[in-house]
Amino acid sequence: MLSENKLKMSSSPHIREKITSGNIMLMVVIALLPASGFGIYNFGLPALIMLISTTLSAVLTEYIYEKLMHKKITINDFSAVVTGLLIGLNMPPTAPWWMGALGSVFGILVVKQLFGGLGQNFMNPALAARCFLLISFTGQMTSFVYDGMTGPTPLAMLKNGEVVDSMKMLIGTIPGTIGETSVVAIIIGAVFLILMGVIDLRIPGTYIATFIIFIGIFGHFQNPDVGFFDPQYITAHLCGGGLMLGAWFMATDYVTSPITKKGQLVYGVLLGILTGLFRLFGGSAEGVSYAIIIGNLFVPLIERVTLPKPFGKGGEK
Amino acid sequence: MALLTFKGGVHPDDSKRFSKDKAIVEVKPEGDLIYPVSQHIGAPAIPIVEVGDHVLKGQKIAEAGGFVSAPVYASVSGLVKAVEPHFTPAGAKVNSIVVENDGKYEEVVYPKVKPLEEMTKEEILNIIGEAGIVGMGGAGFPAKVKLSPKEPEKIEYVIANCAECEPYITADYRCMLENPEELVGGMLAVLKLFDNAKGIFGVEDNKPDCIAKLKELTKDNPRMEVLALKTKYPQGGERQLIYAATGRAIHSSMLPADAGCVVDNVETLITINRAVTEGKPSMERIVTVSGDAVCEPGNFRVPFGISHRELIKAAGGFKCEPEKIISGGPMMGFSMFTLDAPVTKTSSSVLGFTKDEVARFEPTACINCGRCVDACPSRLIPSRLADYAEHHNEEAFVKQEGLECMECGSCSFVCPAKRPLKQAIGSMRKTALANRRKK
Repeated sequence: MLSENKLKMSSSPHIREKITSGNIMLMVVIALLPASGFGIYNFGLPALIMLISTTLSAVLTEYIYEKLMHKKITINDFSAVVTGLLIGLNMPPTAPWWMGALGSVFGILVVKQLFGGLGQNFMNPALAARCFLLISFTGQMTSFVYDGMTGPTPLAMLKNGEVVDSMKMLIGTIPGTIGETSVVAIIIGAVFLILMGVIDLRIPGTYIATFIIFIGIFGHFQNPDVGFFDPQYITAHLCGGGLMLGAWFMATDYVTSPITKKGQLVYGVLLGILTGLFRLFGGSAEGVSYAIIIGNLFVPLIERVTLPKPFGKGGEK
Repeated sequence: MALLTFKGGVHPDDSKRFSKDKAIVEVKPEGDLIYPVSQHIGAPAIPIVEVGDHVLKGQKIAEAGGFVSAPVYASVSGLVKAVEPHFTPAGAKVNSIVVENDGKYEEVVYPKVKPLEEMTKEEILNIIGEAGIVGMGGAGFPAKVKLSPKEPEKIEYVIANCAECEPYITADYRCMLENPEELVGGMLAVLKLFDNAKGIFGVEDNKPDCIAKLKELTKDNPRMEVLALKTKYPQGGERQLIYAATGRAIHSSMLPADAGCVVDNVETLITINRAVTEGKPSMERIVTVSGDAVCEPGNFRVPFGISHRELIKAAGGFKCEPEKIISGGPMMGFSMFTLDAPVTKTSSSVLGFTKDEVARFEPTACINCGRCVDACPSRLIPSRLADYAEHHNEEAFVKQEGLECMECGSCSFVCPAKRPLKQAIGSMRKTALANRRKK
């Protein structure tokens, strides 16, 4: 006997694609595993402790805040895990674990939750946390120890006009933050995300291409020994610092990047120019973090000027 | 050659395998038949029978209530039992004529019709209007009005919408397979109205057998062409179909005629064919019954007015209690709360699902992933429009072209946060359109 009063009513469509926000975030976590694994291999136990500390404190901060505020607990959507893990990957392995934890608390509490939680933050929480730590603990955040020696990162050497080993930079056996050193590991994760349809090439592609053009031209002005579009110089810049991690994993953050297709291209170009400017003419060798969070601030403006035209009204066919 | 298609859209599992190989079965109703006077867009029809009257199958029981309207015919013989409001499949309560079926199916003598070659355009249009034919794909726009554009000589394409892009539904597919001659006959009649037009059959490429059949049937007619379209939802949307077939893009306030096109669905053309060749009015249709809760999914030829309860019975009933019943396809159909609602001119299918996929997920916060933007065939930003709708920001909604939405539901389908985007946009659209009319 059919009990019609139990029938469910809702507006169409009545079918849904299987993917959920949680699945997407989980795929990002999986994509970060090669970089995390390499970081632990490269820097040893302190790296592992740092990653656990930042991830755990990010999740805990979200849980406690939502509990206290009587909000729905959303830690099972994996977004806090992604933020926490990214903060860890952006820490120097020599920094104390509590510093990473503090970054996670700042990122989740101040940047994400106080602005309304998932989807509402106007700035990438992981990068905002990194910049917060960079300003608060400049010394510890910018000192890199490798093989027991404190030394400059290849990017800093590059800025001083020194020669760097691009092969080592590609594989990642160089000083740097936990997750940024291995280009290979990052690319493996990025390819996975592209294949799974989580990210596309619009933002990272235009970002990296613009950056190549920028340093190809202006590298010469910063260091007259470098020619125009010097392949070795460009390779070193691409493999050094946080560019790869930033372009594939942080510039592509859905929440803080434009939703319009054209806007994503504009955003990528903007990030490429800003990163080039900071790296070549800024005070520090690194520039990706600041480029992306400044880029984040331009997102509403970019979206406003790149609204698509509807179908039949001159819009893309 | 690349397949003809449009940009955007989604790829739901087409789920046609459950019923596509089931030949059309005729269902004779037993219970009362309910004929809502409003089964179309436009003015409701006006009942011309009274309680106690005896009516025959094929007898007109309500006449058109205006230019944009359509008459209604009895599909069985019997006694007019009541004229009272009843629920339609879409959930509206509409004045309806209830006929008690006497089981004899006594038919009226249909008017003699001239051979098509001897008919004038006006005669064809009048037959179509008088037969109560409306767009049977779901919109229910009176066919006569659609076929009477201001400048008929400017129509260059008559497009038969053979896409059937909604999952599960196989009614048009079976029609094309079993009665392709009738479909081509309908096209012939419509082409007679437009001297400069070419007839195009736009079929999704998941129906290669239909494409082959139609190609074979039309190979000697230089005015007809069969086009294979990429299988993608909503390929059967009017604007998407016109674009795929002709490369012309129209927006919401344009008519297909503005792009030199007239679009008619498969069953509409078949019904037109019957009206012009046999003099028969619109009184039956093919309905797919499917879904995992249904015992024997299939395709059924049913008279308008039959209750969904009887239709489900014809498909062997439910094998277990359904959680959701849908009239129409899963992408744009209506969830039903009563099986007593009758099959109308626009009912293409009824689906019974044991599990409701919508209820299974709780909507969560938008993560701005942009999947809805990729899916939107109208090039809108559904997540933003839904935000404006939720905040009752009509001005921003209209400014960002929310009225261009055709409510295909692709955005809600792909949303990983399971947000009811189409629902929010759809209700704001209604408000905004109503306010625009007031001005």
